[in-house]
Amino acid sequence: MTTYWQNFFKKNGVALATYLLVSVGCWILLMIILPQLFMVDFSFRANVPPPQWGTDAHYYTTQHYNYMLYGSAQGQDSYNFVDLSVFGRTILAAIFVTLIDLALCYPVAYYLAHVAQGGWARLMVMSLIIPFWVNELLRAFAFKIMFGSSGIVNNFLIGIGILDQPFDFIRGGVALYAGLSYAYILLMIFPIYNAIESLDKNQIEAARDLGSPWWRIHKRVVIPHTKPGITSGCTMVFMLTAGALAAPQILGGPSSLWFTQIIYQAFNQAGNWSRGAAYAIILLATCIIFVLFVMRIFKVKLGEIAR
Amino acid sequence: MSADVQLDNVWIRFGDFVAAREANIHIQEGEFFSFLGPSGCGKTTLLRAVSGFLDPSEGRVLIGGKDMAGIGPNKRPTALIFQNLALFPLMTVWENIAFALEVRGASKAERRKKADELLELIALPDQGEKMVSELSGGQKQRVAIARALAAEPDVLLLDEPLSALDLKLRQHMRTELRAIQQRVGITFIYITHDQGEALTMSDHVAVMSQGVIEQVADGTTIYDRPESAFVASFVGENNLFSGKVVEATAEYAVVETPSGKLRGRQVARDGKTQLAAGDDAYVFIRPESLKFVNGNTFDNQVTGKILHQEFEGNFWQVFFDVKGIDKRVKLSMVNDGRSISHDLGEQVPLGFNADLAVALPIGDLAAE
Repeated sequence: MTTYWQNFFKKNGVALATYLLVSVGCWILLMIILPQLFMVDFSFRANVPPPQWGTDAHYYTTQHYNYMLYGSAQGQDSYNFVDLSVFGRTILAAIFVTLIDLALCYPVAYYLAHVAQGGWARLMVMSLIIPFWVNELLRAFAFKIMFGSSGIVNNFLIGIGILDQPFDFIRGGVALYAGLSYAYILLMIFPIYNAIESLDKNQIEAARDLGSPWWRIHKRVVIPHTKPGITSGCTMVFMLTAGALAAPQILGGPSSLWFTQIIYQAFNQAGNWSRGAAYAIILLATCIIFVLFVMRIFKVKLGEIAR
Repeated sequence: MSADVQLDNVWIRFGDFVAAREANIHIQEGEFFSFLGPSGCGKTTLLRAVSGFLDPSEGRVLIGGKDMAGIGPNKRPTALIFQNLALFPLMTVWENIAFALEVRGASKAERRKKADELLELIALPDQGEKMVSELSGGQKQRVAIARALAAEPDVLLLDEPLSALDLKLRQHMRTELRAIQQRVGITFIYITHDQGEALTMSDHVAVMSQGVIEQVADGTTIYDRPESAFVASFVGENNLFSGKVVEATAEYAVVETPSGKLRGRQVARDGKTQLAAGDDAYVFIRPESLKFVNGNTFDNQVTGKILHQEFEGNFWQVFFDVKGIDKRVKLSMVNDGRSISHDLGEQVPLGFNADLAVALPIGDLAAE
């Protein structure tokens, strides 16, 4: 180990080596470990105003986790159906959005990687990226306008005679799903694109030459090869969707609450940082466990995702 | 089952570029047929037209007498072995081999049985459970052949499949490929830029250059009776003298060159004699047909200055500077124990007989 560090310093020079160590160390410590530790610590403490932090009133407790489950600080008489159902719905909706993105992005990524040629492919990639130069909030509002009762979608559907009166896409959740699906679409496309692109075209031709119809080529050759990219894309989209705040805030209907909105309310409206922290930890832990579980089912190792 | 393959006036264009020009070939069923040519000559393009990955711009491809227009690669009675083999790395060896059967909906037991049979054929029994990456280059080669044969094609297409192997293995695989072909009895169409491969394995060889099929014949005819300057210069080694024809019969042509008058055989093309008096012509003579005169008489004689000689064990290669020729003239002789009794720099009379030389119209030569 010491020789490793000696070599590290020798190879990079003292200045660069020190810079690398300090900057990476600061990044990991200040931006990843400390905030999370702080949140974990907070989630297990009583909710008191800042002047009392560190005093006896700021004692350790599991009451916030209890509240999430049972709707009160101590009691276990009835479940907290409101928060639990929002939580469950958020996870399900995130899964749903992830599946929509996968269904949309796999064909696009395949097309970009193996069908489109030169300038056309670059043009397509650019037209995927450029809309994301627009601020996330603006994009969400654009969706709200598009899906509004006199928005372009309703006008079009009425125009071609599918609808005879405007449909409330906001209340129906359509606007929210569309907005969320679009928000993280690049995070799905690019990992899949990278994975598919590294597939030798000859393998596709070989399968075809051996008589395989297109769906079997995908099932047996393309998808197995692309699995790490698919997992990587799905993980990111799922995590970010479950943790999204802006899109649900703007595009969510009056009756559909996202779990992050509850966390937000705890922090900013109820002034209950401890409960907010506890809820955030629950969301994070659930997402991680869920992702690891899904990876296990599809037999993908963590290291493969990073490729 | 085996089938014949016919290219009927096939043209393949990519924009303005003509990759294959007026290809007319009839490949008999059950034969080992090679396309030989330098890279970029259009041989792979023709193979892709046969396999169905590419449609000819003009003309027809017929397999077993059936026009293949509009029939995709997955519906043709052909199987292609790719240059890089394109084995599926995420499947086991036996799954690779049985893929064609899987496509046809065969049961697992059936697939396994067929895979085992083919593993036996390619002399890799009990290797079915391995992953492709665990095999050596030659073994992968054989698995690729087995995978293609599992589709029970009438025609097997091979796109330079040996080019990635080292020399020893390549020579071994030549014999093995030929043996497999004779065992299964189907038509093999083989693409290569390696004349050794083409000549050793094939019943017939088509030599291609710049999209044009220069000559189709068996190996010895290609070597001894090349029909064009390209074939003469591409296949094997050849010394070349150029000049003007001064006398021509149907059998022979006499060419006036800066090195003297040289007589060579005429080679008919499409049944027609190619040279007449007054034409520009090349005379080709193989290094092994060029001799030291040493008191014998030859139809043709030139004088060369010995530049250097290489000893290759079984052969001596001697290089000369001959008046009127830019390139060195090469003579190969079997090492029969007698040393060469000439010194470097010495002017030596060399001779060759007209029957072993060919006289051809000038044309493109193969790049060195």
